[in-house]
Amino acid sequence: MSAADEALAPPSPWRENWRHFCSNPGALLGLLVIVVLVLLALLAPWLAPHAPNEQFRDALLLPPSWAGGDPRFLLGTDDVGRDILARLMYGARLSLAVGAIVVTLSLAIGITLGLIAGFFQGVVDGLIMRLMDVMLALPSLLLAIAIVAILGPSLVNAMVAISVVVLPHYVRLTRASVIGELAKDYVVASEVAGAGLWRQMFVNVLPNCLAPLIVQATLGFSSAILDAAALGFLGLGAQPPTPEWGTMLADARQFIQRAWWVVTFPGLAILITVLAFNLMGDGLRDALDPRLKR
Amino acid sequence: MLLFLLRRLGVLLPTFIGVTAIAFALVHLIPGDPLEMLAGERGMDPLRHARLMHEMGFDLPLWQQYIDYIDKVLHGDLGLSINTHQPVLGEFMTLFPATIELSLCAMGFAVLVGLPAGMLAAVRRGTLLDHSVMGLSLTGYSMPIFWWALLLILLFSVQLGWTPVSGRISVMFWVEPVTGFMLIDTLLAGDWDAFWSALHHLVLPAIVLGTIPLAVIARMTRSSMMEVIREDYIRVARAKGLSPQRVIFVHALRNALIPVVTVIGLQTGTLLAGAILTETIFAWPGVGKWLIDSISRRDYPAVQGGILLVAAIVMLVNLLVDVLYGLINPRIRHAR
Repeated sequence: MSAADEALAPPSPWRENWRHFCSNPGALLGLLVIVVLVLLALLAPWLAPHAPNEQFRDALLLPPSWAGGDPRFLLGTDDVGRDILARLMYGARLSLAVGAIVVTLSLAIGITLGLIAGFFQGVVDGLIMRLMDVMLALPSLLLAIAIVAILGPSLVNAMVAISVVVLPHYVRLTRASVIGELAKDYVVASEVAGAGLWRQMFVNVLPNCLAPLIVQATLGFSSAILDAAALGFLGLGAQPPTPEWGTMLADARQFIQRAWWVVTFPGLAILITVLAFNLMGDGLRDALDPRLKR
Repeated sequence: MLLFLLRRLGVLLPTFIGVTAIAFALVHLIPGDPLEMLAGERGMDPLRHARLMHEMGFDLPLWQQYIDYIDKVLHGDLGLSINTHQPVLGEFMTLFPATIELSLCAMGFAVLVGLPAGMLAAVRRGTLLDHSVMGLSLTGYSMPIFWWALLLILLFSVQLGWTPVSGRISVMFWVEPVTGFMLIDTLLAGDWDAFWSALHHLVLPAIVLGTIPLAVIARMTRSSMMEVIREDYIRVARAKGLSPQRVIFVHALRNALIPVVTVIGLQTGTLLAGAILTETIFAWPGVGKWLIDSISRRDYPAVQGGILLVAAIVMLVNLLVDVLYGLINPRIRHAR
């Protein structure tokens, strides 16, 4: 293809979306922060100055190095002498993993249920959607707490609980887009051409429903991280000494009068991560949702 | 209108039954013996175990237990708390006013700050002010409120000593509970010092709990206001020569508020979930802290009843918002 042809050809939708995404400085900043966080998490064993559970008995509750602490511990140490920076870096692994697992689980189940509800309207649809209504009636954190109360407190159970709690959003989104797509000509055409039900569901219709799901999944990342930290803080998620950010905050509460750093940094890590995903999600929504395109 | 109301109730009923099923499952899906909590360390002899199982209905088939449970719930019997041996409903009702007081003040704070902030951002669209409001509200929306609470305690209670760290009122005061709302009760008693003490205790928790609703309200107000400002009737109002203040406050605001009011109503769930965290941190004696305490004490009847009641309240408030919205906007009523 010559250069002139290329200029005339319509830009591929993905490239156009990417350009739109890049024109939003907040979204780019969010993406950048996420990339840095992922790198920090992946490289934690090599980058972290100490092991996350290594206790330095000679260095209890040391302030950050710039505030009169030991230069070995950039962000200070906690009450049993563990390096806060190292714990935060390992905590990033947990939080990002929680986000990824929760989003994957809830997307997979949510999309399947949504497709089923959309394709088989009637009794099945009614049953699935009423079940989702029930789940939406409970505040999500409360429902997560109830599920953890049944399963017992642990990080894995917290992830299961959060995945269940966010399901209704994915199911509703998928079902709504599927119903919108089903009326279109290409679906009828491929049905006439003999496409089977599975092919219709997953190969023909689903790719056209992805845009809102991608946005919701990005925002789902942030709410999963936030909810997991909240459960950890309440003692219903990861258990000590796991370096999970919410659990770290719960441990740190008793030292609030003496050591501001043990309280400040884990929360800051949560805020920055959640904010980055929300910024990126907002940017993706602007880029992918044609109704919002200027 | 009646038809609309009936239709709404028709959707609500299966949802409520579903919620009772979740609450029921909470006690019956937990692995292990249901009487473990009563047994104590030395266990229980098989005869007493069998008698208790029979007395509490645990030996019946599951579906029959569920029907019995629904029957009891409909008669207002949510069982006895294992911890205090008091009816769960009564405990909930004594603690609920504290949660309502906190939630109302949080919502008041959110509306008082969020509404003007969103309006200003919309009117000054694209300016530094707009960007700051939007940036701050996204930060507020992303805030882990349990950490936000600790930060505020660190600043205002530990460093500045302005506010107390926890509780609802200083131990120096005793006020006869009349309404259950501390602010009103202290006023009824005519005790100004107690009123100030209660107010001091309320400020930080209310700010913490109101932060996320504030962010949501500010964002919603801004986008709704910007949509309204583009309408023709606003241009007409401007062309008539009305002052910009009058155009914004009288003509635009009224229509811009409709979606905002809905959003405010739909924040009830967020507030009650946030109350769990806020009350735990500030040792606020409301239903949120009670629920968490009950979970850590493995007081399952209390957890079961609490979850059911909170869900019922959220559903009722959402219904109320729906109905009010239908009253304000007839198009909703006649849709479908």
